[in-house]
Amino acid sequence: MPTDSPMPVSSPTPADSPTPTGSLLRIEAATVRFGGRAALDAVGLDVAEHEIVCVLGPSGSGKSTLLRAVAGLQPLHAGRVLLDGRDQAGVPAHKRGVGLMFQDHQLFPQRDVGGNVAFGLRMHGAPRAEQTRRVAELLDLVGLPGASGRAVAALSGGEQQRVALARALAPSPRLLMLDEPLGQLDRSLRERLVVELRELFGRLGTTVLAVTHDQGEAFALADRVVVMRDGRIAQSGTPLEVWQRPADAFVARFLGFENVVEASVADGVAVTPWGKVPVPPDAPEGTRPLLVRPAGVRLVPAGEGLRCTVTARTFRGTHVAVRLQPENAPVLEAACALRDAPDVGDVTGVEFDGAEITVLG
Amino acid sequence: MSPRRPGWWRRNAARLGLMAVPAVFFAVFFAYPVAAIVARGLKADGGWQPGRIADVLAQSDIRQVLWFTTWQALVSTALTLVIALPGAYALARFDFPGKQVLRAVITVPFVLPTVVVGTAFMALVGRGGLLDEMWGVRLDTTVWAILLAHVFFNYAVVVRTVGGLWAQLDPRQEEAARMLGASRLTAWRTVTLPALAPAVAAAALMVFLFTFTSFGVVQILGGPTFSTLEVEIYRQTADVFDLSTAAVLTLIQFAAVGAILALHAWTVRRRETALRLVDASVTARRPRGAGQWALLGGVVATVAVLLLLPLAVLVQRSFGDAGLAYYRALTEADGGVFLVAPIEAVGNSLRYAVAATAIAVVIGGLAAVALTRRDAGRLVRGFDALLMLPLGVSAVTVGFGFLIALDEPPLDLRASWILVPLAQALVGVPFVVRTMLPVLRAVDVRLREAASVLGASPWRAWREVDLPLVRRALLIAAGFAFAVSLGEFGATVFIARPDNPTLPVAVARLLGRPGDLNYGQAMALSTLLMIVCAVALLVLERLRTDRTGEF
Repeated sequence: MPTDSPMPVSSPTPADSPTPTGSLLRIEAATVRFGGRAALDAVGLDVAEHEIVCVLGPSGSGKSTLLRAVAGLQPLHAGRVLLDGRDQAGVPAHKRGVGLMFQDHQLFPQRDVGGNVAFGLRMHGAPRAEQTRRVAELLDLVGLPGASGRAVAALSGGEQQRVALARALAPSPRLLMLDEPLGQLDRSLRERLVVELRELFGRLGTTVLAVTHDQGEAFALADRVVVMRDGRIAQSGTPLEVWQRPADAFVARFLGFENVVEASVADGVAVTPWGKVPVPPDAPEGTRPLLVRPAGVRLVPAGEGLRCTVTARTFRGTHVAVRLQPENAPVLEAACALRDAPDVGDVTGVEFDGAEITVLG
Repeated sequence: MSPRRPGWWRRNAARLGLMAVPAVFFAVFFAYPVAAIVARGLKADGGWQPGRIADVLAQSDIRQVLWFTTWQALVSTALTLVIALPGAYALARFDFPGKQVLRAVITVPFVLPTVVVGTAFMALVGRGGLLDEMWGVRLDTTVWAILLAHVFFNYAVVVRTVGGLWAQLDPRQEEAARMLGASRLTAWRTVTLPALAPAVAAAALMVFLFTFTSFGVVQILGGPTFSTLEVEIYRQTADVFDLSTAAVLTLIQFAAVGAILALHAWTVRRRETALRLVDASVTARRPRGAGQWALLGGVVATVAVLLLLPLAVLVQRSFGDAGLAYYRALTEADGGVFLVAPIEAVGNSLRYAVAATAIAVVIGGLAAVALTRRDAGRLVRGFDALLMLPLGVSAVTVGFGFLIALDEPPLDLRASWILVPLAQALVGVPFVVRTMLPVLRAVDVRLREAASVLGASPWRAWREVDLPLVRRALLIAAGFAFAVSLGEFGATVFIARPDNPTLPVAVARLLGRPGDLNYGQAMALSTLLMIVCAVALLVLERLRTDRTGEF
């Protein structure tokens, strides 16, 4: 295991004054402004050792700025970044001992694969034999054995991504940060690599802070997902928690849910533009946004339930997404099995399943 | 206003430090001598005499010079554009055998010393020149000799500046316009032309600047009839000893050059606005149809007649009927022209050029590094413009200013050999900055950030990331500085000591003497100078990969 051998490269581990919480990374009220706009607005976040945290958000939500602030590439206007309990204010990027894998990899074009991977080791003064050994080890690890002498320009996108990962891992950073690690790759490669990455990080015990705009990537990679919006944290939780209980209408819509409306909730029933729908007994009461997952929209024969017209159907592999237009109410999306899917123009009835309905905060 | 980002001073301290060295260099070796000579001319009886400006401008022969300087520069610029734009198009869009050779041939004249260009045209259209012998045609008493020499000299500026951009314009932009219903001509007029316009304007301004301040060419071809500002400054200083008239003329030229450079900076900024650029190799294709082949043929013929013929005649005249006699004469110190054999000028020139190149690369390199970051404020942009000034400020003034300003301790350099390289380096610095800056700016900041996250300190990151990427540009810049200082004439003619002439100075002196032997020796020495410059350039061309630079 590469992490078993202590590298001469990692920053001194703090022997004294660790934070009471034991977080490896702690961000306190971090604020960064570009012009008048806040790219980070008093963001607070803790990442524990060996944890994989994925920051999820649309472009412009401040997630890349967050990584750059932790790396020391972006000065903070207010707030603090602590690594191992030590305030990083005034510590330049090259002394923070964190790794950052850039969105488009930023491999050094004038060096070959081995030269790229060895770069961080050289910067930390590792002996040449050590460098050679470690480069070979890391190229094995990322599935490119023997690629050391290849030119980076000759690599495919997926190979560049692996080299960038090996380069970031080589100096054994105490925290590895990934900026849209798989953003440039095609879908099938992405799905395969995300599984490989998670398995690899688990094996190495790497602490990871990644950002992505792709929820599938975040859910597959992370122990914990943090959703960002406009420089603030909208929600933080395990992938399952975030998926099952989005914090608000923004998070629900960002995750791809379309059936979100205002509803007034009382006594286990919500009044919505679609009529009265059942909600879980522990749902908070009052006027709140309400989410109906597509699976909770059940198609029933016309004449029963809410009367809707089918306006579109989209094949999604495992199921068919059906768009339904009720009279005088917002569009509904339903998920149903292929053989049950109605045709466009059909009239159908709709009933709601309370188990797939969530009242949002 | 939003408050300054944290760490502003810390991050800018390094840049201010880098700027300090070039700033001091320019203050001492440029601003101070020029100011000294202007003061010498305009100060009398212990007070400033601004009335001198009006007095000088009132003289009709001075007004004549101003008028000639302006109109010959305008006509030269227009003529160069008309002749060179088809060449820019052909080299940008056509793919044909020998393209690399043609490109190199076009570039040779630009690095040739003005004295060589003047001599070559003398051999072509002057007294006893090729045209004189064949048809009895002499142009050296007309303005045409000067205009043609200016086109010869600046052809490459237009082809490189405009053609470089043209080759990188995405042809699909034009195709998109055609798909939307534009005719071929309309598509070109509405899509390509607006994209090219700033480059054409920048090239035109550079040509105007070079021809407005033309010295060597006019000095040799102008005879007693035609005189530009720069030639007149030289005449007033060296022949008439009327310093105050020279000072006024220097100020006028300074103001004109400042205005041209400001316009140029503005057009360059516009040129850098977002254009869709693609790799030049994908936009060129074989010419199609008789029209395109005819255009290409015309370009090749123009290059042959206008660029190659004068140089060929120069070489032929250097042999004359006498075989190698002129070359042999160069090694003998018998004529009263020099105290030493003219051939020694070759060694002098090379020694001076090496020193001047070293100075120009250090000063220009530091300045380019300081100017790299694009989020530059007004101060930095002003510094950028300041570095361009030596391109246009009268070299004669600089040379003479060196003589009268750097003559007392602690800067008593009048007797020192370093004086010549210092003056030549001043002219080389703008070329170094212009060559290095686009490459330095093209280095992705995130590469530097990647290095820094991997543990490289800012200095280490620069050495590991920037330096390998710009090493080639550095060599090219050094080559240009070398060629420029080899050919520098205006300042050197003042400060080179009689027993240590440089090649251009020796050529000019030989030409100033009557007799076939002197004439032949001038041709021979010019040929040697041309060969040195051409070899330097061809080495550069092999190093050069990107063609987005201006020179």
